[in-house]
Amino acid sequence: MAPPLRQVSVRGALAAHGRPQPDLLKAVPALTLAVFLAPIVAGLLGTLLPAFGYLPALGGTEIGLDPWRRLLLAPELPAALRLTLTSGLGASVASVVIVIAFCAAAHGTRLFRTLERLLAPLLAIPHAAVAIGLAFLLAPSGWLVRLLSPWATGWTTPPDLATVQDPLGLALTVGLVVKEVPYLLLMTLAASGQVEVKESLAIARSLGYGSMTGWLKAVLPRLYPQIRLPIYAVIAYSLSVVDMALLLAPATPPPLAPLLLRWFNDPDLATRFCAAAGAILQLLIVIAAIAAWRGAEVVLGRLARVWIAGGGRGGSGQAIRIAAGGTILLLVVLALAALAANALWSVAERWRYPAILPTEWALARWQHHAGELGALVWTTAALGATAALCALGLTLGCLENEQRHGLHVSNRGLWLIYTPLLVPQMSFLFGLQVLLVGAGLDGGWIGLVWSHLLFVLPYVFLSLADPFRRLDERYARSARCLGASSNRVFWRIKLPMLRRPVLAAFAVGFAVSAAQYLPTLFAGAGRFATLTTEAVGLAAGADRRVIGLYALVQSLLPLLPFVLAVPVPRVRRLGRPAQALR
Amino acid sequence: MTADGLSLEGVFIRLDDRVLIPPLTCTVAPGEVTTVMGPSGCGKSSLLAFICGTLDPTFTAGGRVRLGGVDIADLPPERRRIGILFQDDLLFPHMTVAENLAFGLPAAVAGQRARRARVETALLEVGLAGFGDRDPSTLSGGQRARVALLRTLLSEPQALLLDEPFGRLDLRLRARFRRTVLDHARGRRLPTLLVTHDPDDAAAAAGPIIEIAISEGDGLDSDAGATGPSIAVPLRRLP
Repeated sequence: MAPPLRQVSVRGALAAHGRPQPDLLKAVPALTLAVFLAPIVAGLLGTLLPAFGYLPALGGTEIGLDPWRRLLLAPELPAALRLTLTSGLGASVASVVIVIAFCAAAHGTRLFRTLERLLAPLLAIPHAAVAIGLAFLLAPSGWLVRLLSPWATGWTTPPDLATVQDPLGLALTVGLVVKEVPYLLLMTLAASGQVEVKESLAIARSLGYGSMTGWLKAVLPRLYPQIRLPIYAVIAYSLSVVDMALLLAPATPPPLAPLLLRWFNDPDLATRFCAAAGAILQLLIVIAAIAAWRGAEVVLGRLARVWIAGGGRGGSGQAIRIAAGGTILLLVVLALAALAANALWSVAERWRYPAILPTEWALARWQHHAGELGALVWTTAALGATAALCALGLTLGCLENEQRHGLHVSNRGLWLIYTPLLVPQMSFLFGLQVLLVGAGLDGGWIGLVWSHLLFVLPYVFLSLADPFRRLDERYARSARCLGASSNRVFWRIKLPMLRRPVLAAFAVGFAVSAAQYLPTLFAGAGRFATLTTEAVGLAAGADRRVIGLYALVQSLLPLLPFVLAVPVPRVRRLGRPAQALR
Repeated sequence: MTADGLSLEGVFIRLDDRVLIPPLTCTVAPGEVTTVMGPSGCGKSSLLAFICGTLDPTFTAGGRVRLGGVDIADLPPERRRIGILFQDDLLFPHMTVAENLAFGLPAAVAGQRARRARVETALLEVGLAGFGDRDPSTLSGGQRARVALLRTLLSEPQALLLDEPFGRLDLRLRARFRRTVLDHARGRRLPTLLVTHDPDDAAAAAGPIIEIAISEGDGLDSDAGATGPSIAVPLRRLP
């Protein structure tokens, strides 16, 4: 009977002694918010004003609707909007459906567990590298056609078909799905750890439900609220992606995001006002899409209640199991084949159509580009490591502060963390650039790291928060009772116990930074090149062998920290390590 | 006669090289409650999971399970018609009390009104009339336990497994809920297997007792033969 009482008194005593003199720690959450929310708010404002004609630096002093008029009359706009909506929404819906169908049909199978281990590395590969590899794969003279030609297709020369950069944006949609499905799958797995999946399923099955129907009725309704924000992030990302769109979507006319980028870089300065209005339009589209999704959630939720209470036990789900499993396998194979295509091109000397493998090999290109690549690797790695370390420091400070002062982060707090992932990059990066120029920080290292930090911080926070909060508080309590100060407890007890999640969070942050395209472009003001900006730039017209080389190095670098720091990046054991790469 | 009830034939469970359950053979007659006792970690719950078909594949297990003469060991869990109650009530938090019960009710009871009526009748039976639209989290521990029992019974199981379902309740509630469960099990003539480490539970069950030892020795106990052919290694009957 006594133990509970005793525990309470111990905790009370700790609280009384444990509240230290005003310390720096208390300032960390505010600092974190300032670091990553202030630039977004300021950046949005900095985009909003030019969208209505006000930007004195470019000669805009009158507020008016002129930029909007120009935007809406732009001949490229209708096609750009159509492409953006079909590829963005199509990819979002497809990714969510595939992930839910796969989880429902294949949870607990060997395929599922194998895939679990592949997820972190798959996510660490930058979008751009996957897109480049996919282009090698899907192009008219790409690997897929070569595998089938000429024996099956009869094509002795590459067919005259737009299979990449196709007018419907299908290649872009496929590319997005290849990257978003692993992300959503990992988020679903992480959320599964917080819901009693096993027990719920055992109950449902003992009540006569098939494994798939049981999962859909008893598990999904509780998982969904936890993957809602990640899904919104997928929607926002798919509707505003730049690098993948540059590589896989048609160029005339392009989807909205690349079109805006083109306008922002237009030598005619007046076009930039129009671009700013377009960036605001993009933000509105994302908001409307998320609102529509929310509406669909409510309607489907109502229908689901009736369906669940109806008591239907469902069949074996064999057909869906095969379809979902097959789709997932296809996506994994596509991603791996894309990487392999990059690797092959990087060592090819001569690779004529329709040969399946290069006919002459050479390492000359590696030697020839070694110096350049070395510099790019150095910039990318330094940038990634700096941003990831800053993010780790801020995150650990926030979490430790939260624990020492017994704070609880509400749902709203989670929304704040997700903000940089829900707001289209373009809509605030332009404004941010304007501000950086004003502050004399543009094209500087600090501004660049800061812009990466905006996207690195949420992922590092999300990776680390769960393992940190789940750490058994009795360790810290007993250490305090042994006379250790809270700082000593943090450095000597918590940090060493959390070594693996911390390293994993670092690897996640590093990979997120390495994949950034637009922030480097805007905040770096063209003075900094990373592997990603260089690979995307080269893809516009360079030799395939060089493109392959850069894309390969670009995919390998973010994998390095995973290999070095986290020998076995498994989801379950680490809490949620790589949960949030993109 | 022999076809009735739930019978295990040579059911064993191993985890790597450790024998959790040595080959076990027994029959639980309809309306009879057999108690499985043993220290924690001995594999009692794994035995129930095996019978349900939800045993984690990291275990190695085998043997036949017959229910009403039909071998169900190779059927998927949902087709075995075996109900189970756990220590936690595991009511689904995203459904109301009535929705939880409707989840258990077979789809053969068709029509929203008919289903609702069945649920209300069931609630009335256990003294929870009017609780249908409540959120499970607003119920007391004893009430939640009763809803969990109802949910299982509404699914019309042919056998009942009880995985320490009384462990979380305080002493007074415990005796009452135990009586409710056992009454329902006997009333419906369900062969019932109860896992517990509380001797009071075993006494209330008033049936055969299987005791599982943690050792992996020969396991043969001198009493085993005395209790008749239904129970074999490594169990014994408590006096």
